[in-house]
Amino acid sequence: MSTTVAPTGSGIGTSARRVDGIPKVTGEYAYGSDLDAENSLWGFTLRSPHASARIRSIDVTAARRGDGVAAVLTADDLPARRTFGLEFCDQPILGDGVVRYAGEPVAIVAAETLEEARQAASAVIVDYEPLVPVTDMEAALEPGSPRVHDFGNVLRHVHILHGDVDSPEAEVWVDGYFETGTQDQAALGPEAGLAVPASDGGIDLYVATQWLHVDRQQIAPCLGLPEEKVRITLAGVGGAFGSREDVHMQIHASLLALKTGRPVRMSYGREESFHGHVHRHPSRTWIRYGATRDGRLVACDVRLLLDGGAYASSSPAVISNASTFASGPYEVPNVRVEGTVVYTNTPPCGAMRGFGAPQVCFAYESAMDLLAAELGIDPLELRLRNALHTGSVLPTGQVITGTAPVREVIEKLQAIPMPPEEPASGRDPISYPGGAGNVSRGESLRRGVGYAVGYKNIAYSEGFDDAAEATVTLRPGPDGPVASIRTAAVEYGQGLYTVLAQIVRSELGVEDVVVEPATTESGSAGSTSASRQTTMSGGAVLGACAEIKQELAKHPLEEPISRTFTYHHRPTTELDEHGQGDPHVAFAFAAERAVVEVDVELGLVRVLQIAAVQDAGRVLNPQGATGQVEGGTAMGLGLAVMEELQLQDGNIRNASFTDYLIPTILDAPPIVTEFVEVPEPGAPLGVKGVGEMATVVATSAVIAALRDATGRTLNRAPATPEDLVGIRPPATTAGPAPVPDVPGQKAIPEYLGLGLGQQELMKARER
Amino acid sequence: MLIRTTVNGRDCEADVWPGASLLALLRDELGFTGSKNACEQGECGSCSAWLDGELVCACLVPAVQADGAAVRTVESLGDGERLHAVQDAFLAAGAVQCGFCTPGMVVAAVDLLERNPQPSDETIREALAGNLCRCTGYQKILDAVHLAAAELS
Repeated sequence: MSTTVAPTGSGIGTSARRVDGIPKVTGEYAYGSDLDAENSLWGFTLRSPHASARIRSIDVTAARRGDGVAAVLTADDLPARRTFGLEFCDQPILGDGVVRYAGEPVAIVAAETLEEARQAASAVIVDYEPLVPVTDMEAALEPGSPRVHDFGNVLRHVHILHGDVDSPEAEVWVDGYFETGTQDQAALGPEAGLAVPASDGGIDLYVATQWLHVDRQQIAPCLGLPEEKVRITLAGVGGAFGSREDVHMQIHASLLALKTGRPVRMSYGREESFHGHVHRHPSRTWIRYGATRDGRLVACDVRLLLDGGAYASSSPAVISNASTFASGPYEVPNVRVEGTVVYTNTPPCGAMRGFGAPQVCFAYESAMDLLAAELGIDPLELRLRNALHTGSVLPTGQVITGTAPVREVIEKLQAIPMPPEEPASGRDPISYPGGAGNVSRGESLRRGVGYAVGYKNIAYSEGFDDAAEATVTLRPGPDGPVASIRTAAVEYGQGLYTVLAQIVRSELGVEDVVVEPATTESGSAGSTSASRQTTMSGGAVLGACAEIKQELAKHPLEEPISRTFTYHHRPTTELDEHGQGDPHVAFAFAAERAVVEVDVELGLVRVLQIAAVQDAGRVLNPQGATGQVEGGTAMGLGLAVMEELQLQDGNIRNASFTDYLIPTILDAPPIVTEFVEVPEPGAPLGVKGVGEMATVVATSAVIAALRDATGRTLNRAPATPEDLVGIRPPATTAGPAPVPDVPGQKAIPEYLGLGLGQQELMKARER
Repeated sequence: MLIRTTVNGRDCEADVWPGASLLALLRDELGFTGSKNACEQGECGSCSAWLDGELVCACLVPAVQADGAAVRTVESLGDGERLHAVQDAFLAAGAVQCGFCTPGMVVAAVDLLERNPQPSDETIREALAGNLCRCTGYQKILDAVHLAAAELS
């Protein structure tokens, strides 16, 4: 029954086993929700049922008298700064006079047991005066709309103008309107952690997050503590996908721990998790391509609207990303993009795998298919004729100086064999669309094939000083040298620590590499997001190894050699008043082909195969990289056919895994993955991150295939069974959303001098 | 209420509130945190465990049902020194990313292979349809179960 675990050491380019694998398969790996401490309390959050309301009063008398209750805190009890936020401090720690979305925290409780904490929270009496909410992103732009914040509902508007979008060179025009719904990251591990009060009056926090230092930067002022008294250690992270970028339970648990003098653990249930983290922005896009008759793109005119929800989170960066990629991975000489993200009284949206790129990919790839049909050109041939390449000029005026193997990616995709035809009858019932439901015997099956090509930036953009620190130590050991890596970078499943260990093995020639726990005692490694850590922390580890090798060249290893290295990528720039600049450091490209089978009477779908080709620069761990493409593809497939957070008057109607469906193993198709490896000049080891690109394109590829199978418009993701059988008409529009009157390209809170978030860290580093 | 049970062959007892689930008993009272809590509705399989030999979602089973019963969890399968073939296959196939679904997925896969040592793709998909994974896209989980089946045969 048992096998012995083999030694796993191996270097760059091998499918080395995960360094954190064994405790994960045995159940010993300690996630945030597994943590406990002697004499600990449970924390619980009371949340607003109203999308918009004034808080007249909060009565905590009964709650404080509850069994086992140690503390009940409201906004009146906050000791210091009352708001937090990733980019701007516009989000109250606890509802402060008003609530702006259903699910906003208004009180927190600590009690001996979770059940007692829940009971006490239900005994808090909040007197709300409900207000009329604005819950639609276009309604938020109307002059008479209720205001989510005093300064209005526009969070950021990005204007990009390059050339003349009415160019007479264009002989053929196509217009499209596309929508995407709100997607949830649905990481299986909930928001969770443990806050332990320390004898120096500070706090030791163990939490599942994505960036320890930006958490600390937001937490410390809210506790009234200097940063050095807030020590954060990474707990096991059960997936993130962007949802852990924002602070969730960190400040609440710390406040309760400091108030009670006892450790406080918090772990959201699934329903609370849906309210307790940001989501993927729902989008509306109006897009117009102009081309010559022989299929050369001349112009692209895009109006884009994202719903940011009640607070800023990372929305200003998401709208910038979405806007800069809105004309697709194609050479288009004349481009105008008007991208707006608004505040509404809905749960906040922020980072999710792809970061604005999947929404615009759905629009531009759908429009490219319309154009191909209009011109009578094969869809992939049209894309090949216009593909970006090194030296191409982007709508921002940025010239691609790195690699852009769009043609290679598409050509490699074309070479992947199609799945075999299957007989319509006589199959295993589970292999029909809706198979497990046993509803079809193959009567009305139609096969469809769809393609999508897309791209996204690697690492941070728009002038952000992107940096990562890592320390590598090499020591002599009884069986040869051993190495350790100290980094504050977060591993949440993508295999970062394994790849960092592989780099050390190859560079220093040691098998035995330990990755130490991530804490704020190390310097910032930046967030594990934006497909950036293989480049950034990989670059830092590589730099530290290079310095150690220099030492070793001088003398043999007798004492431990430890080197700390901080890697920066080359500077980027902000967008000027016309959206021109050099905002991105590098780009990665992907193309996918989806083959689907649709029961066109029942609207049921089976995805037969997805073929995926990704530009990876250089693959450091083939198995791990393939896993990223497969997982990212499944997430994009989810948005294509099933995943949408249903909001009614701002309330989430499906905050559970019973009602918010993510793909199961029955929904997931075989995925054929290949990489194009053209080393990125200037990047450590020539790498490009691989975490996001599959998600950017998968939704569009699957819906294109569904269109091919059904002949329907399908201009909204997810495409539901009602859409597939034609019961629900395509999404309609009264015309493009208006362009708001704004002072410039920056986020509106920045013009108002609202407290900054990440930018402070950058400026502090500059000082 | 007082619950007496055996977990992985060890006698255990705990005093829990009447609404407590088997999962809460295992995780919060007895310290068996290998079974994960991810949905509380029996939708995700992260808490998969055996109750008197039957595969259950521990979040759906009242703790009182474990009174006098034998519970078996992921912790029974292997440790850092020696792994069950299914655990080893999950590592070899790259079927683990964040790992949160992994204990439940491993338990469900072991349960399947104990009943059906050579399952087809369709059988594996049907058996694991109640175990959600958000990271892998499932392909490598399918590979891992085949690999373990070959290893065990």
